[in-house]
Amino acid sequence: MTASQDARARREDATGPPPAAARRATDRAVAAVWRIESARIIAGVARIVRDLGVAEELAQDALVAALEQWPESGVPDNPGAWLMATARRRAIDLVRRKERYARKLAEIGHDLESRRPEGEAQLAAVLDDDIEDDLLRLVFTACHPVLSTPARVALTLRLLGGLTTDEIARAFLVTEPTVAQRIVRAKRTLAKAEVPFEQPQGQERAERLASVLEVIYLVFNEGYSATAGDDWMRPGLCEDALRLARVLAGLMPKEPEVHGLAALLEIQASRAGARTGPDGEPVLLLAQNRGRWDQLLIRRGFAALARAQSLVATGAQGPGPYMLQAAIASCHARAPRAADTDWGQIVRLYEALARVAPSPVVELNRAVAVSMAYGPEDALRIVDGLADEPALKDYHLLPSVRGDLLRRLGRTEEAREEFARAADLTRNAQERTLLQTRAESSPDEP
Amino acid sequence: MRYMMLIEPDLERSPKDGMPSQEIMDEMGKLLEEMTKSGVLLDTAGLKPPEEAVRVTSERGKLSVVDGPFTESKELVGGYLIAQVKSKEEALEWANRFLKVHGEEWVITVELREIMEG
Repeated sequence: MTASQDARARREDATGPPPAAARRATDRAVAAVWRIESARIIAGVARIVRDLGVAEELAQDALVAALEQWPESGVPDNPGAWLMATARRRAIDLVRRKERYARKLAEIGHDLESRRPEGEAQLAAVLDDDIEDDLLRLVFTACHPVLSTPARVALTLRLLGGLTTDEIARAFLVTEPTVAQRIVRAKRTLAKAEVPFEQPQGQERAERLASVLEVIYLVFNEGYSATAGDDWMRPGLCEDALRLARVLAGLMPKEPEVHGLAALLEIQASRAGARTGPDGEPVLLLAQNRGRWDQLLIRRGFAALARAQSLVATGAQGPGPYMLQAAIASCHARAPRAADTDWGQIVRLYEALARVAPSPVVELNRAVAVSMAYGPEDALRIVDGLADEPALKDYHLLPSVRGDLLRRLGRTEEAREEFARAADLTRNAQERTLLQTRAESSPDEP
Repeated sequence: MRYMMLIEPDLERSPKDGMPSQEIMDEMGKLLEEMTKSGVLLDTAGLKPPEEAVRVTSERGKLSVVDGPFTESKELVGGYLIAQVKSKEEALEWANRFLKVHGEEWVITVELREIMEG
């Protein structure tokens, strides 16, 4: 503590803040420490007890101990280390109790000698091991394929993002018991399937990594373009996803797609302030005021993209879908005005994306780029080829894009019908209003 | 939410050369790496000493230029961090950690200012 802090602390002692207020202040400080440290603590403890549910309980116990003790004793000098030590001590106690129980059983079977030294040695090794490995185990376990996607999302936000059940519930517009139950079930599923607390290796690793990145991207998108509800964006979720992507980039610095995802999210997030109008209505990319794009995030996005690209250039892997999408986003970020956009390059990037991750949504986006580079006619041919795609049956952007192309071709009446159809399909209130306006507006309005 | 953390050392009451020791620099490096890996630190930089600074003021439209150092102000910004956090308390916790790195030789203040978004 510095001299000036000392003086301030003394002043506060003299006037004496009400104990309840002091207590609340400590509680908030504890919550902040928890937010920073919880993932590491849960990961470190899971390594000992080999069960996510038990690990989280033990970590929570340590948090409760902090809430009880810190208001009296003051927040310790290194609060993270305090929490970790407390949680680990409890974990080791638990393992020892179980071992003692196992030993009693073993004594009956005269099987003691072979077991005990191994257990102790393992325990010691566990404590010295690198916490970053533990975090990676936690990442892969929370996004394990035995879990449903909503379960992976909830578990990831809870265990890695440090969000409370209530925060997750509010972010996804579901009730708190729903989320709580989802998390309990997910932990049970992991235990039942005997999912080991390990990092996947070899071919399995690539697939499992894709699942991890997908979960983070999904969280970001839910915040960026809320699929339901009244708000067009929920920035808190975007920030949580972005933070997780940055954490992953630190944990897996050699994986190009991890940097690709981080780059994509940084650049998309850079537009957050520009994509809403004064009344909360959405503003589409090409109409946005680029002066409001966040240059710090764009710079960070470019840096992450460059890391991904140099890993691809020197490694065995070709460019992956996240890196390619980040490259597309960077084309927009580089253009000072919408008219300066290098649409030819964007078309080429969408073609590459369609090769590594073909999907009707990618085709739809390619069509938009083609319309900008080569005109609406070529684009309409691509879009019409998608008319029977089952995956796009209820996707509001298909009629919305088609409406745009038709309007540019002067087929106003058909365009209007498409916008009206798109407005019916979207579940987001703000987006519906935008589409309704476009359905009703006359052809010379933009 | 994002916070701009302005680092304001009191140079009169801190080590004479105004330079943090190697030990502090090493610890600070570790902390900044931890902040980066936690997805918190977005940007940081140190600023050159106030002797080289210059101030331009507009007094109701009348411009004046003053070269540093500025003897009247005791604490001047010596660097900044931009941090992405979940709450003011989290920003405070990181600021505490930043200050603890400086040990007992320094008198130093971190001013936390939330960045306006959108």
